[in-house]
Amino acid sequence: MMAALARHGTAALVMGPLFAFIYLPVAVLVLFSLHAGSVPVPPFEGPSLHWYRAVLDNDRVTGAAWNSLLVGVLSSALATLLATLAAWGLARHRVPGARALEALLYLPLAVSYLVIGVGLLVAFSTAGIGKSLWAVGIGHVVLNLPLAFAVVYGQCDPGQARLEQAARDLGASEAQVFTRVTVPLLRPAILSAFLLSLTFSWDEFIVAFLLSGFDPTLPVVIWGMLRTGLNPATNAAGTLVFLVSLAAGMAFELFLVGRRAR
Amino acid sequence: MSAAAELALEGLTKRYEGAVAVDAVSLTVPRGSYVVLLGPSGSGKTTVLNMLGGFTLPTAGCIRVGGADITTAPPAKRPTATVFQDYALFPHLTVAGNVGFGLSVRGMGRGEIARHVAAALALVGLAGYGPRGIAQASGGQRQRIALARALVTEPAILLLDEPLGALDLSLRRQMQDELRRIQRTEGRTFVHVTHDQEEAMAIADLIVIMNAGRIEDMGPPARLYERPRTRFAARFLGESSLLEGTVAAAGAGRIAVDTPCGRLEVEGERAPGSSVTLALRPEAVRVGAGRPGELALGELAVEEVVFQGGFVRVTGTVAGGGRLLAKVDPQSLPAGVARVPATVRAGGLVLLED
Repeated sequence: MMAALARHGTAALVMGPLFAFIYLPVAVLVLFSLHAGSVPVPPFEGPSLHWYRAVLDNDRVTGAAWNSLLVGVLSSALATLLATLAAWGLARHRVPGARALEALLYLPLAVSYLVIGVGLLVAFSTAGIGKSLWAVGIGHVVLNLPLAFAVVYGQCDPGQARLEQAARDLGASEAQVFTRVTVPLLRPAILSAFLLSLTFSWDEFIVAFLLSGFDPTLPVVIWGMLRTGLNPATNAAGTLVFLVSLAAGMAFELFLVGRRAR
Repeated sequence: MSAAAELALEGLTKRYEGAVAVDAVSLTVPRGSYVVLLGPSGSGKTTVLNMLGGFTLPTAGCIRVGGADITTAPPAKRPTATVFQDYALFPHLTVAGNVGFGLSVRGMGRGEIARHVAAALALVGLAGYGPRGIAQASGGQRQRIALARALVTEPAILLLDEPLGALDLSLRRQMQDELRRIQRTEGRTFVHVTHDQEEAMAIADLIVIMNAGRIEDMGPPARLYERPRTRFAARFLGESSLLEGTVAAAGAGRIAVDTPCGRLEVEGERAPGSSVTLALRPEAVRVGAGRPGELALGELAVEEVVFQGGFVRVTGTVAGGGRLLAKVDPQSLPAGVARVPATVRAGGLVLLED
């Protein structure tokens, strides 16, 4: 009994500071987004939604939020589509050099965002493609493809190949096998890959900063706001970004992690 | 899709690196028959089925259905449908969605699909199960769903890969009768793979016994049982005693063979002096006083007697050294008898080819 208590006590001693370390900054951010004063320093005054109103009335912020959403949805959809096709191809067909291809698909995970961002910047300017939301979108596809591939590829098991064989036996064409058997079976994985890509794209800063021109995404605008000094409006904007990420993250858990537990 | 058609395999061969899985199998199956490919694991029976379904391409040889060569046609373009061993039902579809899949991918209208699906489910005894999910279905129900899903596409040939292997014994016997009934109702050709010889005898019009990639013997179950062609067939389908012997005399379609059970006469033609093997089914052997027309096998030293209800199973050795297995009437063998004369009924002796 005492030993168990001691063990729990030690665990609490380690876990408490750990969680505090992770979540305290977020808690402070959220708390001071509700601050009524003009400088986000204690003592806390409020609560007030004043700064949320200020942020939502700021066209630069809302415009950037739309840009982020647009880039996020489109780049995640493309990354997920390409990842699904790659995963299906590698899982179902004998491809020469399949292992090397697999490694190449995972490799960008190990490369710094800064390196990828600068590389894309150089490549785009050489190709005559200017900084734009399109460039950011392509950058995010590059960043998220390995992740989406890992999620979908991990869910391609031999049992599905058997079901695809049954579908062919019943007269389905390859396209019908893919749309009517493969995709429905992989749907949880595909949705998870999409949502995961969306959260990463939504608050990605480095590539967006390097490649966006006059249409910045939300993280870039928030960074700009920070340069002019601390301001509860920044906290409010940050809290909004956090809430959207949180929602997508929870949806991801629901689709994949929750399904596995069942 | 046509109704039943004749199925012909010509020199069908499948070689893997260094191994021959199926070795020049030739076979003609009349339309509307129930064929069972019977053999131990590794005999090539499943490989033959996979080549029929188009999942494995043969190394050599040809498959014809109703005269058309389908040797290299993809599975989707074949007049075959398969009931897989693990059923391979689509977990994301309902029972009706599974059964209707083959019609839906052919572009049939919803109303017509619903009608066909209802009829197919009724045929397999699952009327009204359409809206249910696959996860709710029991093993026996899954088997029936898989059967309905394959039959609804009206295949010329239905392929069944050990379809009853996952069911318990009583359900298996029941499904055997169902399969037979459905096959007769539909008049289609069924090709069924199993290693269960009782299942094969209960269900087949034509049994093909396979061993090491070759056909050992084939024919109607009664013929195969009563007159097996090879040692393997004599032992794999039911039980047999084998007697080795030498031909002593030959003439007029009969030969006399010297065996450990004495000189026995049997139908067949072999040159005098050649070595032969005779097979005896245990039911053909009797003990006690012989009857007219029976051949004497000598005195049997009884080694083991097992009571099995309607009969007793007797094993023993005759004076000359031959081992015999007999299934006899319990009345004919009083308890405690150690030596008893054994006979075989006329026609119960079969000359094997090898």
